[in-house]
Amino acid sequence: MSCYRGKYADELIKNAAYIGTPGKGILAADESTGTIGKRFESIKVDNNEENRRALRELLFTAPGVLPFLSGVILFEETLYQKTAAGKPFVDVMKEGGVLPGIKVDKGTVELAGTDGETTTQGLDDMAKRCQQYYTAGARFAKWRAVLKIGPNLPSQLAINENANGLARYAIICQENGLVPIVEPEILVDGSHDIDRCADVTERVLAACYKALNDHHVLLEGTLLKPNMVTPGSDAKKVAPEVIAEYTVRALQRTMPPAVPAVVFLSGGQSEEEATVNLNAMNKLKTKKPWSLTFSYGRALQQSTLKAWAGKTENVKKAQENFHGRCKANSEATLGTYQGGAAGSEGASESLHVKDYKY
Amino acid sequence: MTAYRGKYADELIANAAYIGTPGKGILAADESTGTIGKRLSSINVENVEENRRALRELLFCAPGALQYLSGVILFEETLYQKTAAGKPFVDVLKEGGVLPGIKVDKGTVELAGTNGETTTQGLDGLAQRCQQYYAAGARFAKWRAVLKIGANEPSQLAINDNANGLARYAIICQENGLVPIVEPEILVDGPHDINKCAEVTERVLAACYKALNDHHVLLEGTLLKPNMVTPGSDAPKVTPEVVAEYTVRALQRTMPPAVPAVVFLSGGQSEEEATRNLNAMNKLKAKKPWTLSFSFGRALQQSTLKAWAGKVENVGKAQAALLTRCKANSEATLGTYQGDSALSEGASESLHVKDYKY
Repeated sequence: MSCYRGKYADELIKNAAYIGTPGKGILAADESTGTIGKRFESIKVDNNEENRRALRELLFTAPGVLPFLSGVILFEETLYQKTAAGKPFVDVMKEGGVLPGIKVDKGTVELAGTDGETTTQGLDDMAKRCQQYYTAGARFAKWRAVLKIGPNLPSQLAINENANGLARYAIICQENGLVPIVEPEILVDGSHDIDRCADVTERVLAACYKALNDHHVLLEGTLLKPNMVTPGSDAKKVAPEVIAEYTVRALQRTMPPAVPAVVFLSGGQSEEEATVNLNAMNKLKTKKPWSLTFSYGRALQQSTLKAWAGKTENVKKAQENFHGRCKANSEATLGTYQGGAAGSEGASESLHVKDYKY
Repeated sequence: MTAYRGKYADELIANAAYIGTPGKGILAADESTGTIGKRLSSINVENVEENRRALRELLFCAPGALQYLSGVILFEETLYQKTAAGKPFVDVLKEGGVLPGIKVDKGTVELAGTNGETTTQGLDGLAQRCQQYYAAGARFAKWRAVLKIGANEPSQLAINDNANGLARYAIICQENGLVPIVEPEILVDGPHDINKCAEVTERVLAACYKALNDHHVLLEGTLLKPNMVTPGSDAPKVTPEVVAEYTVRALQRTMPPAVPAVVFLSGGQSEEEATRNLNAMNKLKAKKPWTLSFSFGRALQQSTLKAWAGKVENVGKAQAALLTRCKANSEATLGTYQGDSALSEGASESLHVKDYKY
């Protein structure tokens, strides 16, 4: 069977390409209620709906920020929220040339017989949910699969099961008008070196693209959200140029050119690290037939959160800080970031949390 | 495990890249004794070793031809043959900047329980044979897997077994210094349209690259020799631009950029068709992070053979015919071929033989 060529095919191709526009990237603001609660705790803010709404309004209406973004990933609650003045967030985004996206997975569950490995759930009634999200204004979706590196990990079972889940999710999204972001995150936790990370990343990505082919996914209407190839969190750091070389090589070995763009996750990297690494990739002179851009959560919001601290009088300062990070990452997609956007408290702070659960 | 990084890694990468030099391509002169017999019989020439040697001398010593070639694939007998003056063919090639290659498979055998589908044999003792060939001057190898399109073909078994065989062959070659040309030929036989050919080609290539990844093959040190994506031999023809579009798209969807070049087989296409199609691909404005070149057998030799007819007095004329086709295909790799107003006899002749066996 051929790959998907149904009624949404042209729209999917167009939207996926738009998300990969050089100079733009994705703000991952899809923290679940539980996860955003942990963030709020760190700045002593109550985890209630109004505060969650206020934070997102701060981000989406920050002056001058939307031109640096091609998409924002939302949690379901946020998809239906509005500004204090009553304007739906999805309208704010659309008017700013930003595509709304939606997290559609339902978290991870353990795989029996493995050493703590997981698969991701969320396929039940996915088609119906996608239709509802499309009607509400969403145009892309996200599903996070998680793998980890260990002496015997990731296992073949974990790789196969996660790749298959990603492929099923992807085709269902496409049938319902949403560009699927395929996210096979290999956690940075561990003492392994960058070569080990490269091996595993290449194996996992090869499995993903085989699964996507098996499931007839239209690659031109997808995006990839991978980890960068780095040493483990307990291993010695390396220069951004080394990360760039290993990461791009892993993609060269596994990702067909039909995929329009890569939107990297930031994992536990600090804001500045994530920007500098992305910049190094875009400066690298080598075959890169796909855009290399960002889909950052913590690495775009950390210092902004700290600056806000839940107080109305801090909104302007927080928004300026947010603008600084968005601009920095926009430049990183063009390989023109010069450094110095750090400035705010926290930009170089590692955001690594062991065995991170969203 | 990571991809092959043994003692030949750098040499494999350099040789694979060299074969993909724009303006150059491969002459497939590896017809087995039985197959060359059929060619010789069509021009009333006896199938004896001296005639086989004489033909290959005619080809390799054609004035001006070698500059358009980066490689020549040889049958085992030819690897050890010399010019009439006593110079080994491999030396003639090397001095002309052409890498000698060697066919290493041992033909196809039927797969039980299928509708006439086959797999390819030749893995036994392959490592030792590769070492011998390397010592004799070979620097790349070829292994032809064959699939066909039918109501229920190719079957998953045929795809899996042929992909696995190609991957085993490939890694053994690399361990012994030979760049493996991966050739998963999908026969053109049949009434199917170009869409069907595209689906099958994409499925087959995806399986091949998954197998190559599983077997730790260093993609930067390989080449792909696929069929172009065309309608079946019994279906209406399409223009070169359509063949180009479908073929390049199939590669975009399946072939990682790490592979340096594609060296197309000509199947049953006439000399002129094969050249025009290759030219159209190189003119196409699309993402093509690999060189698109040729590895033609019949489509480079047909009119040369006819002109020679086994007669010494025709050698000059025959060599001129070969030079014409080599130059034409060289231009096609650059997208600058203008077409041939004075075609040699046979250049437009279809070379399709139903269910072709080498």
